[in-house]
Amino acid sequence: MTRLVVYRTLVIGGILALLEVLCLTGAIDKITMQAPHLMVRDLFRMLVSGRMNGAIVKTLSNTVVALLLALSIGIVVGAVLHRWRALRDTLDPLFATYYAVPVFAFYPFFIVVFGLGDLPQILIAFMLGVVAMIVNTLNGLDRVPPVLVKTARIMRLSQLDTALRVTLPAAAPHIVTGVKLAVAYAFIGVIGSEFIMSRGGIGYEISFAYTSFDNATMYPLIVLILLASVAINAVLSRWEQRLLVRRGMRQS
Amino acid sequence: MSVEQVRLAQVSKVFSVGRPPAPLHALGPVDLELNRGEFFAIVGPSGCGKSTLLELIAGLTPPTEGTIAFEGKPIAGEAPDGIGVVFQDDASLPWLNVADNVAFGLRRLDLPAVERSERVRNVLKLVGLSDFATSYPAQLSGGMRQRVCIARTLVMQPRLILLDEPFGALDQQTRLLMGDELLRLWRQTGATVFLITHALDEATMLADRIAVMSARPGRLVDFVETRWPRERDSRIIEHPEFGAITARLWKTLREESLKTIAQSSPGTDPALAYASRGAEPAP
Repeated sequence: MTRLVVYRTLVIGGILALLEVLCLTGAIDKITMQAPHLMVRDLFRMLVSGRMNGAIVKTLSNTVVALLLALSIGIVVGAVLHRWRALRDTLDPLFATYYAVPVFAFYPFFIVVFGLGDLPQILIAFMLGVVAMIVNTLNGLDRVPPVLVKTARIMRLSQLDTALRVTLPAAAPHIVTGVKLAVAYAFIGVIGSEFIMSRGGIGYEISFAYTSFDNATMYPLIVLILLASVAINAVLSRWEQRLLVRRGMRQS
Repeated sequence: MSVEQVRLAQVSKVFSVGRPPAPLHALGPVDLELNRGEFFAIVGPSGCGKSTLLELIAGLTPPTEGTIAFEGKPIAGEAPDGIGVVFQDDASLPWLNVADNVAFGLRRLDLPAVERSERVRNVLKLVGLSDFATSYPAQLSGGMRQRVCIARTLVMQPRLILLDEPFGALDQQTRLLMGDELLRLWRQTGATVFLITHALDEATMLADRIAVMSARPGRLVDFVETRWPRERDSRIIEHPEFGAITARLWKTLREESLKTIAQSSPGTDPALAYASRGAEPAP
């Protein structure tokens, strides 16, 4: 375990060192990429100056709104479909092919309908995340041992209590997988649509910096997105790990 | 002086299986009375409808025909208060620790917190899991997890406890010791026990009264009374009557088991089919 950590650190450190050397020796010119230490310095300056705070807040809040919608609606729809066999069978082809459709294709249409505000971006992010949540909730509910449902009936739990206290907790490992995917999709949805067309946000600022050759803004923002998504994923993975270890489904 | 607690009158169950749906006569007609406080066991060949009978009494599924009454009130596919069930499959909730597992059903009762933890503590002591209150099921052995499920049933103070091959997944020694524990709990709680098992020695050792179920559709074809004293444990297997009772059960059960084999492979001599499957003879 610790040896793996050392190897991984060496790989990442090696790549960073290589980039650093290539940039400093001029093998990669300044217009193409900045040296990694400059990215970190510029990111620090940017955060201290606060000039990107508006963009960061806009992107994060849109992502959080889209994510919360995808999670809550995804779980509820998943639970309803699990009970409603006919509707589930009807919608099955939609779920099976859903991620073959580039949802971004609908973005211009959303802008036409909802205007160039936050709503089209939230909608794209929601659409990307919600189906992962529905599919994983269904997957988890399918695997709830029937004996647990019988136990709930013997204990005379209401349908709502059965869902909240038995079936959803039993399905939790799969639901967490859905949450991890939904988080990633929500970020991709919001930042991606900011790139395409918007009036603010981290994606918009990166795209703007790119067209104006402003590497001192573009790279720090990319690093910021990287750090944020890695940090969120690490937190979720820890949660998942704890869940699985507690259930004896994985060694600690 | 026996007081009737459960009464099944002409109960049968027909499932609809396959595509296109065809009726499968799983059980019945069954007439059965359980007396308050008795230890009743059912043995039968596999697939004869034993579990269906348990689910009918537990109110998990309604009968196709006939009536079932618990303490004078009819049961029709709705779990009545006062009945607890321990299943063969592990039914512990892996996300809750042992104490929370045991307290699971108590929340509905709206007890004061002090009384709730008192009841959990007592019942954990009863099943010998006091030291494991904060452990998670994944950290326990199969036998201990089954004791968690028994404790979760007992804490509700049921007047009738239904057990569906609760020790089926355990090794023989653990099974005998769990049987001793079950006898002790039965005496201490005064509850009626209805046990389903495929192990003849288990039924003979534990029960006051044993019924043998026929091949499908399951009917009760023989009733045996053991006349054991209430104070007893697994050492009763030394009793001279023990062998005689087990032999009588096996005589009926053997015929029914052969019929079950014949049902699943028609056209073959049942005894041959039985042997060729390499099935282990029941003890």
